[in-house]
Amino acid sequence: MCANPPPPHTHTHTHCKYSMIFSFSRDNGTKMSQDQQAVNGVSCVSKVLTLDTMNPNVRRVEYAVRGPIVQRAVQIERELREGVKKPFTEVIKANIGDAHAMGQKPITFFRQVLALCSYPDLLEDNKFPEDAKKRARRILDACGGHSIGAYSASQGIECIRQDVARYIERRDGGIPSSPDNIYLSTGASDAIVTILKLLVCGEGRDRTGVMISIPQYPLYSAALADLAAVQISYYLDEENCWSLNVEELRRALKEAKQYCKPRVLCIINPGNPTGQVQSRQCIEDVIRFAKEEHLFLMADEVYQDNVYADGCKFHSFKKVLFEMGPEFSSTVEMASFHSTSKCYMGECGFRGGYMEVINMDPQVKAQLTKLVSVRLCPPVPGQALLELVVNPPQPDEPSYSTFMKERTAVLAALGEKARLTEETFNSVPGITCNPVQGAMYTFPCISLPQKAIDKAKEEGLIPDMFYCMKLLEEEGICLVPGSGFGQKEGTFHFRMTILPPTEKLKVVLQKIRDFHLRFTQEFS
Amino acid sequence: MYVMHEICSSVKNMKQLDFSVLVRRANQIKEELKQGVKKPYRELIDVSWGDPHRTGVKPLSFVRQVLAGCLYPQLLESNRLKVDVRQRAQRLLETCAGGSVGSYSDTAGLTQTLKKVSEFITRRDGGVPSHPDSIYISPGSQWSLTNILNILVNPEASPKTGVLVPAPSHCVTTQSILGLGAEVLPYYLTEEQGWALQVEELQRAFDSAKGVCKPFALYIINPGNPAGGVQSRKSMQEVIKFVSEKKLFLLADEVYQECVYGENVEFLSYKRVLAEMGPPLSETVELASFHSASKGLIGECGLRTGYVELVNLDPSVLKLLDNLFSTNSCAPVLGQLTLDLMINPPQPGDPSYPLFYEETQRIRTTLIQNVRQVFEVVNSLPGFSCQPVEGGVFAFPRVYIPPKAIQKAKEVGMEPDTFYCVRLLEETGVLARPGSEFGQKDGTHHIRFCIMTPQHIMEELLRRLSIFHTKFMKEFS
Repeated sequence: MCANPPPPHTHTHTHCKYSMIFSFSRDNGTKMSQDQQAVNGVSCVSKVLTLDTMNPNVRRVEYAVRGPIVQRAVQIERELREGVKKPFTEVIKANIGDAHAMGQKPITFFRQVLALCSYPDLLEDNKFPEDAKKRARRILDACGGHSIGAYSASQGIECIRQDVARYIERRDGGIPSSPDNIYLSTGASDAIVTILKLLVCGEGRDRTGVMISIPQYPLYSAALADLAAVQISYYLDEENCWSLNVEELRRALKEAKQYCKPRVLCIINPGNPTGQVQSRQCIEDVIRFAKEEHLFLMADEVYQDNVYADGCKFHSFKKVLFEMGPEFSSTVEMASFHSTSKCYMGECGFRGGYMEVINMDPQVKAQLTKLVSVRLCPPVPGQALLELVVNPPQPDEPSYSTFMKERTAVLAALGEKARLTEETFNSVPGITCNPVQGAMYTFPCISLPQKAIDKAKEEGLIPDMFYCMKLLEEEGICLVPGSGFGQKEGTFHFRMTILPPTEKLKVVLQKIRDFHLRFTQEFS
Repeated sequence: MYVMHEICSSVKNMKQLDFSVLVRRANQIKEELKQGVKKPYRELIDVSWGDPHRTGVKPLSFVRQVLAGCLYPQLLESNRLKVDVRQRAQRLLETCAGGSVGSYSDTAGLTQTLKKVSEFITRRDGGVPSHPDSIYISPGSQWSLTNILNILVNPEASPKTGVLVPAPSHCVTTQSILGLGAEVLPYYLTEEQGWALQVEELQRAFDSAKGVCKPFALYIINPGNPAGGVQSRKSMQEVIKFVSEKKLFLLADEVYQECVYGENVEFLSYKRVLAEMGPPLSETVELASFHSASKGLIGECGLRTGYVELVNLDPSVLKLLDNLFSTNSCAPVLGQLTLDLMINPPQPGDPSYPLFYEETQRIRTTLIQNVRQVFEVVNSLPGFSCQPVEGGVFAFPRVYIPPKAIQKAKEVGMEPDTFYCVRLLEETGVLARPGSEFGQKDGTHHIRFCIMTPQHIMEELLRRLSIFHTKFMKEFS
């Protein structure tokens, strides 16, 4: 071992004799930063890895949720910290579905168990309830060396997968779920990309086509671009609360068959960015369609607890599938996805999630096992958290009442904010907003004056990006332009989260309202 | 007819590892032991991963106390935890959005953590500057390596992209390369010279690509895995000159940089060596170096945190790489904070320092002892030899499997060293990994086992291994 402990904390002065190039500044994209040390300006020696030599698929990867507008928002935050005067004192990041960042509190029970898992000496501490300790001991017993710092099996800790299976069974009225079909993952996104990676194959006209809604969560379009899959867009019906119409699925599929081999149908329910909660009938129709057209179904259900609107209910794809009888339940191949990032927990930073695969060919499962092993294993704290989400305090346990109180409060607040948002936006001339039935976002339609559209074009910006950038600069509110999610040609939207605390949300809604009126006036 | 019958061909090209057979059997044995089935041993010794906690090494108290405080900030309101623990947890929470480890961070990582990492790198490298904008924190170093490989490898390219990879090498990386649709070009390390790298062998591997694939990158692990060598500056300079000459992108996996033993052995980072070679090389060689919180004394594999530092990359490419990373959202925040604790441990004078020093010293001394013991014991057994372990957390001894055993292995459809490992597991409860998974010269056989274990575990492991090996060699003589 190094006989010496790590070097002491001396800070070397920054003037140096080294000539490495630091020419990338994250805030400014390709602009040069001041650290550039190259003697002769930018080196003209040709690089090994260039736009021409790199994987061309990656050139088309974009992810609007963390895209250019967010980079500008981060820059503005920096400027504010440096004391630059602006018409606002903080940037409100309503671009990303991050509840804790907006002040939502974690669920006490979950954090207690995780703290106990992290530092098991606390199991002696009488300040922690017995049910939390019991959970922690059970999790630690399942970890290598009794530590959450040991790798787990790539598929995830077995007893946690068993608990996930039991949760699914309870949720779905007893329909059996096998732990062998459960794969824990680094957030749901990891599992989604893994399945797509597995499925996308073929050349030319046989290249795999993947159906995804417009608007969609841009992880899908990014993954499809990266994998060089063919994206088959099906449009949700804005006039009808963003509902899914099977006729539209048929239309999209028929057209796509001319240039690719459609094999996958992705659906997000409750929807992101649109928030619609699909009816049971609709889910049956989709399943029927998938069976007829021989499509693998990917059901993204990460918002399954986020249902607010009266008359709306979450129906899991698996439950509906099995209730349709063996003709469907033994043939339709499907994967459903869930996560610890949303719902009432909002623990995005843990990167916890899972998928359940149904009717997957055992040989394909063997291939899937290879793929997940490259990740080594999902973060163990995230696995532990998932365990608690699927196995929360029971009515006879000491932590139950606090847990239920906290859970109910979060979901009630979200429901209230969903309603408030819809009402406020619908009161603004030029903004129409569908009911936020579920999830965490609103995706209102904004009408932009022609002059604004022209101005945007002049500046080389898509009109709703132009709109959102102006809103950011003038009000310090960061939203994501609808173009980042996809929308019908000629329409414009933005996605805003409903996560800021109610009082702040009221202010944000007011500011957007005022901005919109100003904007319309300015470009009339 | 399953929809999923047709799947991505690159995924099909990934190897089916023998190890899964061993793991299944190990799990069965665990169950059998639980049920009281009589065996010549009472517990399994699992040294199949570079995972110190799994082998029984305890997590560092300071680290876990701070993390507990971050997870459940109520703990910071009493004196339950020492004052420096509380202060650190408080400070770390302030760097998180909404003061919670449950919120996302920026794509590349928490701003403060990135800053600390770049300061750490500069300190480590004797002043060579490092910029936070060139660093990405990811769920484990393999994750960012896969992202870099993704941007390097064009799956449609004909001929395929080739990546030079050491033999033996970390098998997860080789799997990643295959899964992305590229070819692996092994360059064999020289076992008799302590697994040293010969430039001639790099040249041979490069030339072997003719007509097969187009070499585009060179992957190197230093300190090695599973081979326990630590490169000299001279050797590293040769590699740098080679990649420059052959126009290869350099991927330097340095996750074991804290694990260096041996009298005159020193870890130097590729970045430092490159910088100190001066222009033009220091301005042109494109390098990605990887580090992790999984290895070293902290050993927090399960928290999944690593980072990549990028040097001399084309800014337009960097922009696109940034997009790619953004689709991953961010690395687990708890892990990011652990990185901060790893590179900024308690200092003399801090209340937590004495215990921290005691714990880390114990692990360090045990490691040095283990390395020495393994070398002595293995080399004392006929049919077994081990190069000195200069760095890393593995021993990769060579097993001279007798022809009769090789024959037996063939009969049961196994690689000879897998056969050896299966028998080792059954008869002694030691779970090690066969060398065939990592790449080895034809006709040679090895096993890999982790040496970062508590002292009594290593002693027991060597005891069981010696008895087994002697018996095995006798049986098949």
